[in-house]
Amino acid sequence: MSTPAPTLRAPALERPARDQPVRRRNPGSRHLAGMTVRYLLLILLFVILAGPFLWQLSTSLKDATENVFAYPPRLLPAHPSLDAYAKVAEVIPVWRYIGNSLAVAIASATANCLFGSMAGYALARMRFHGRKVAYFAFLATIIIPFEVIMVSVFLTVRGMGLVDNLLGVILPTAVTGLSVLLMRNAFLAFPRSIEEAALVDGAGEWRRFWSIAVPSVRGTLTVVAIFSFMFAWDDFLWPLIVLKNPDNFTLTVGIQYLSGTFSRDQRVIAAGTMIAVIPLVAGFFALQKYFFRGIGEGAVKG
Amino acid sequence: MIGRRRFVPWLFLLPGLAIAVVFFLAPFANTVVLSFTDARALGGGQFTGLHNYARLLDDAAFWLSLRNTLLYVVVVVPFMVVLPLLLALLVEKQLPGIGFFRAIFYSPVVASMVVVGLIWSWMLGSDGLVNWMLRSLSLVNEPIGFLTDAQLLLFASMFVTVWKGMGYYMVIYLAALASVPKELHEAARVDGATSLRRFFAITVPTIRPTMLLIGVLSAIASTKIFAEIYVLSNGSGGPGGEARSLVMYIREVGLGLGGEIGYASALSLVLFVVTIGFSLLFIRASRGEEELA
Repeated sequence: MSTPAPTLRAPALERPARDQPVRRRNPGSRHLAGMTVRYLLLILLFVILAGPFLWQLSTSLKDATENVFAYPPRLLPAHPSLDAYAKVAEVIPVWRYIGNSLAVAIASATANCLFGSMAGYALARMRFHGRKVAYFAFLATIIIPFEVIMVSVFLTVRGMGLVDNLLGVILPTAVTGLSVLLMRNAFLAFPRSIEEAALVDGAGEWRRFWSIAVPSVRGTLTVVAIFSFMFAWDDFLWPLIVLKNPDNFTLTVGIQYLSGTFSRDQRVIAAGTMIAVIPLVAGFFALQKYFFRGIGEGAVKG
Repeated sequence: MIGRRRFVPWLFLLPGLAIAVVFFLAPFANTVVLSFTDARALGGGQFTGLHNYARLLDDAAFWLSLRNTLLYVVVVVPFMVVLPLLLALLVEKQLPGIGFFRAIFYSPVVASMVVVGLIWSWMLGSDGLVNWMLRSLSLVNEPIGFLTDAQLLLFASMFVTVWKGMGYYMVIYLAALASVPKELHEAARVDGATSLRRFFAITVPTIRPTMLLIGVLSAIASTKIFAEIYVLSNGSGGPGGEARSLVMYIREVGLGLGGEIGYASALSLVLFVVTIGFSLLFIRASRGEEELA
């Protein structure tokens, strides 16, 4: 517990430091001092937040001859090698796990986008008896934490014969209430007049939905896709419950299994975690604006 | 007229509603019903009234897991409300390279908790980097058992929760900070108010609702804590399971070897009440805010 306190408290210096001259000189150097402090804090936080990832990456690149427990620790590998990555594939069927995780994540993203926008469209645009009830049903799924019902959901999945089956992993979050409500809000924000112009042309409900409404909410759709994908890829508790046979694991469960059972070879565990995290971090850097936008929308409305 | 055929809206709703009913609403109702039975993974299911709830009262493992969970909320929430705000203040200004720092600070959010947990088990182990740093600064003589002592394990996972979650709330704060009126800050600056003073007099009142929201979101997330403790303890919940959270205990009781589904359902409803309690607290608090405004 002695570590968190000093590291986490560091930013508290930031506010006062910026406007109080560190060294009393002319006003121009005051600005310079403020900037210096700001960047020093940024670098400190970079070390705290990115450092552990980099340390893990470094560990994964050390070869078998190098003692990873060396004292003092060596920050960079002496003889960088990818041996540990090859070894991951020997210990666990890592390609299979990647395939499973991809299947689950892509299915979840697709289903959330398609079914979420269909339900969201009905709630936003159609008038019918029971609309309020349907709305509250989706709202309730947001309010009920999955952890509260996981035992019963497991019974349901078992009843369907989907234990140890990827479909059993996918189905419960195939359309989340959050996706539905995000899409509903996106459709509500889209001017109805454009759709009504299409209505005059005699387009049916499905066409109006598919060719006019959906293309106009592409931004939110991307947000839903990315977050469903990320959630499914990162999820641990539910796949841990549903999947029993190590051949069927998703990557998160498989990596935990890798660290738990065989070889406590730190290099191999490190390589396994890098395999799980690098694709996501790369995707995140490429699609940053959607991530940040998604949080805004999710936080305000969720 | 839109929706001229009555069944059309329901066709649009069907897949989403089916999932919501089959995998959320029905299991919730089932959880309530099962909590009054002695259902087990294999058979059972006799109505036993309040027996499971009576059993709770004498179950030391339950109380310990509830205590751990509530302690988690109490410790984590203040950090989650304050630290991401400081982080947001630091990256709020448009400086060269700030986009890079924002992205880096957010990246732990993108990683799976399993990955983050394994990274930190390596950092916090007795041969880990943290113990090495503490020793080389002569703060300790012996490595600290962050992962081998149940109490320290719990605090270590709280630290991991905060470390991973800060970036997420930072982004929410950034959005809130953007709505703080600049003119007020300018006027106050002209009047000679220090930046600390302006922060408490202008910024904090404007972003209060966001602070409240983040408090509740992080409280609810903390009541559901599982993966951090599971990964850091390698699935055991610490020595003797003493660092188990409520969710870990529910999983062990209901989905472990004994498969005591009835009892696990009663435990689940306790978790539900705790979670809903924090939501209601939030609704009450935000009502209070509106009346003040």
